[in-house]
Amino acid sequence: MGISPVLWQFLVKWLHNSALFPAEASTIAPYTDALYFFLIAMTVVGMFLVVVLVFVFSLKYRREKSPVATQVEGSTLLEATWTIIPLAIFLVTFVWGALLYFRIYDPPANAMNIYVVGKQWMWKAEHPGGQHEINALHVPAGRPVQLTMISQDVFHSFSIPDFRVKREVIPGRYTTVWFQATTPGSYHIFCTQYCGTQHSMMIGEVTVLTPEDYDKWTKQSTSGMSLAQNGERLFASMGCNACHSGTAAARGPSLAGVYGSRLTLANGGQVLVNDAYLRDAILNPSQHVTAGFAPIMPTYQGQISEDGLIDLVEFIKNMQSNYRVQQTQMTGETDQAAPTTPGEGTTETVKP
Amino acid sequence: MSAPISNTIVNLPDQSTATIPKRNYINNEHGLLSWLLTGDHKRIAMLYLISITFFFFIGGAFAGLIRLELLTPQPDLVSSDTYNKFFTMHGIIMIFLFLVPSVPATLGNFFIPIMIGAKDLAFPKINLLSWYLYMIGGTLTLTALVLGGVDTGWTFTTPLSTHYLNTHVITAATAIFIAGFSSIFTGLNFIVTIHRMRAPGMTWFRMPLFCWSNYAASVLMVLGTPVLAIALVLVALERLVGIGVFDPTKGGDPLLFQHLFWFYSHPAVYIMILPGMGVISEVISTFSRKRVFGYTAVAFSSVAIALFGFFVWAHHMFIMGVSNYSALVFSLLTMLVAVPSAIKIFNWAFTLQKGSITFETPMLYAFGFMGLFTIGGLTGVFLGSLGMDIHLTETYFIVAHFHFVMVGGMLMAFLAGIHFWWPKMTGRMYPESLSKLAAVITFIGFNLTFLPQFILGYLGMPRRYHAYPPEFQVLNVLSTAGATVLGVGYMLPLLYLGWSLKYGAIAGNNPWQATGLEWQIQSPPLTENFVTIPIVDYEAYDYEWLEKKQREEVTTVG
Repeated sequence: MGISPVLWQFLVKWLHNSALFPAEASTIAPYTDALYFFLIAMTVVGMFLVVVLVFVFSLKYRREKSPVATQVEGSTLLEATWTIIPLAIFLVTFVWGALLYFRIYDPPANAMNIYVVGKQWMWKAEHPGGQHEINALHVPAGRPVQLTMISQDVFHSFSIPDFRVKREVIPGRYTTVWFQATTPGSYHIFCTQYCGTQHSMMIGEVTVLTPEDYDKWTKQSTSGMSLAQNGERLFASMGCNACHSGTAAARGPSLAGVYGSRLTLANGGQVLVNDAYLRDAILNPSQHVTAGFAPIMPTYQGQISEDGLIDLVEFIKNMQSNYRVQQTQMTGETDQAAPTTPGEGTTETVKP
Repeated sequence: MSAPISNTIVNLPDQSTATIPKRNYINNEHGLLSWLLTGDHKRIAMLYLISITFFFFIGGAFAGLIRLELLTPQPDLVSSDTYNKFFTMHGIIMIFLFLVPSVPATLGNFFIPIMIGAKDLAFPKINLLSWYLYMIGGTLTLTALVLGGVDTGWTFTTPLSTHYLNTHVITAATAIFIAGFSSIFTGLNFIVTIHRMRAPGMTWFRMPLFCWSNYAASVLMVLGTPVLAIALVLVALERLVGIGVFDPTKGGDPLLFQHLFWFYSHPAVYIMILPGMGVISEVISTFSRKRVFGYTAVAFSSVAIALFGFFVWAHHMFIMGVSNYSALVFSLLTMLVAVPSAIKIFNWAFTLQKGSITFETPMLYAFGFMGLFTIGGLTGVFLGSLGMDIHLTETYFIVAHFHFVMVGGMLMAFLAGIHFWWPKMTGRMYPESLSKLAAVITFIGFNLTFLPQFILGYLGMPRRYHAYPPEFQVLNVLSTAGATVLGVGYMLPLLYLGWSLKYGAIAGNNPWQATGLEWQIQSPPLTENFVTIPIVDYEAYDYEWLEKKQREEVTTVG
């Protein structure tokens, strides 16, 4: 009636742009939503039961109708009922939730890997092909993507609500999350763990591209140096190649092909060599001595940034022979550690 | 028998002749010192009541400021640092200075000795000491606030709290450390009192359920709080001298802090809610004139909650890279801890069956509790379910869940208890229709505030966000509107309860016709509670015994 048309327009627009349910933009989202609707149904039924009981009893046994209470001790049968039925429902929820958990956190073997470094207050995404992004992430639709994440300072948490995935990003430890985006578009990235002053500014956009657009983007936005190439350069300039040269006289173990293998340590333990192991072995070598070698490697704690560590890990991951290490060692001795152009295909993530 | 049956059980003495008893705990001694140096559990309870109310309104003011800032998506009311301090202070004050001591330190302190027929708690001086510790903790918190605040969040997450913030972390941690001891002492006092000081005939299974739930909470306080103290000391040491327990570059583990912190802070939610459940048992029984349905089950469900409550802490860390096996175990245990709460809800509902129900204010609050706690509890199952937790944790869903349990549950229970026992504590009735209005306003305001937050959470709005994407605004505006209504609902009792201290109707001994020992003595009680130590030869909630006793009194006096 008396409402001003300007205000009316504003209200219509405001309500129209408001969100009520997140988009389902990953393969996981429908599974999460199915459990969510089951849980909502459980809540509604539970709530309905309680409300009906309270209402009916209140009407039927209010003092005007029921002036004298009949004392009842209890009823084992009834109590057993409302112990066992909720327990059964909760156990269903437990199993369902556990299945979903493993679906969300177990990446498929063919997932492409992208590194994410969190720091106060930004997300840095590092693609193996040398694309670096801040508060943005470009991924192809229809391909599983795994994020290997680490924090440079405090706890962060990487969340893409429209994909229904989230994982804590922790200092000193790689955590992973994976997803397969289904619908091209752009979706929020949030940091959900309180991380200091600009916590609410630590947001970004994940852009899902069609495979063709993604290829175009990959070609256009590469820095020209893959992570492995950066790692190779670092490997030489930090002098790693002096010991890890793969020659018979080398003081450190050969790293070619080590990724994905099982390693016997000097203390007799067996480890699977993965990203986390490589990172730990660089920072804290005395705890990770390969059997047959002396504990002479110094720690690199505080000398390499998380980005540098990712480069090194990526380099070692892709290292199939020691040929180039020995080559750089030669040139390294003359202090000209310029890397040569890598051959075709070395930028591809090679899965062991 | 043509007279219509009244729809109330309230039975007040004739107001033209009734007086407050000449000698009672309030006027037994005079002067400020007689309060500050008292050993009387009832006076200490009143000291606590005044102090926690003070802190409740400070914490509430911060909540109001948070909601005001979130009215718009832009960070425009205060700076980000100030906003972070707001929610930190809101959390610290509400949890450590209001919710943890709320029911035990006030109603528990006042009524547990009376309910079991004792003259006081086992250690009256330690009881007073615990109030002083609380006040020192509270004052230090305010000091941290005045000096410039603290912005760690109430969870003090390392390494943020140890290495990255320049605010008054140590002052706030010390405050909580000290307030923690106040809670340990209260718990210790209750445990010893309930074990050793029950009146002749007051067996464990004749105790009111309020005593059972406070007993369970006390065990949690005594066993859990020291772990929090340890965690806070380690945070302080890490900050001051860098011992490196939580610092990965020194070989520490930042997740260790979370384990230690949640080892206390998960049981802490049961410390907060269990005493409230005790209140609900008393209120529902009294206003339906019936023994609580399945007394033993309700009593043992408190103990079960206390027991299981210690083994679910890692469900706060499902997405933090804990091992898959521990995630499974903790999720399963979380499902188990939900069961005793479900048992309680249904037992309370069936207490109403075949009762003779009236709807005084405490009962309205208790109904509010049952509804809101059911939602709060069931949404907890969402979060305990591993895969669901990934999407929901650290969002507004968890904020809404926690507030449904703590505010919708605990605060409703606290208000139910305050109204229920107000006549006993002060000797005067609160105004009935105004208080019913307040209960309804609180219920509506609460739902309007927190229901939209569930939707916001599923949309993915992270908690502790100063600014948010504009498409979340409508729901945030609703929430802020609700908070305004809720604020009115909380101000009203403060006003009319204050008014009733002078102008309320004289309550007499037993305005509700309740069975507890506390209702068989004068209001307000004598300093020594009982003229002669009672001998208990009847079960809890024995309304037939009460009726018989009242008939006999009439005959004897007549």
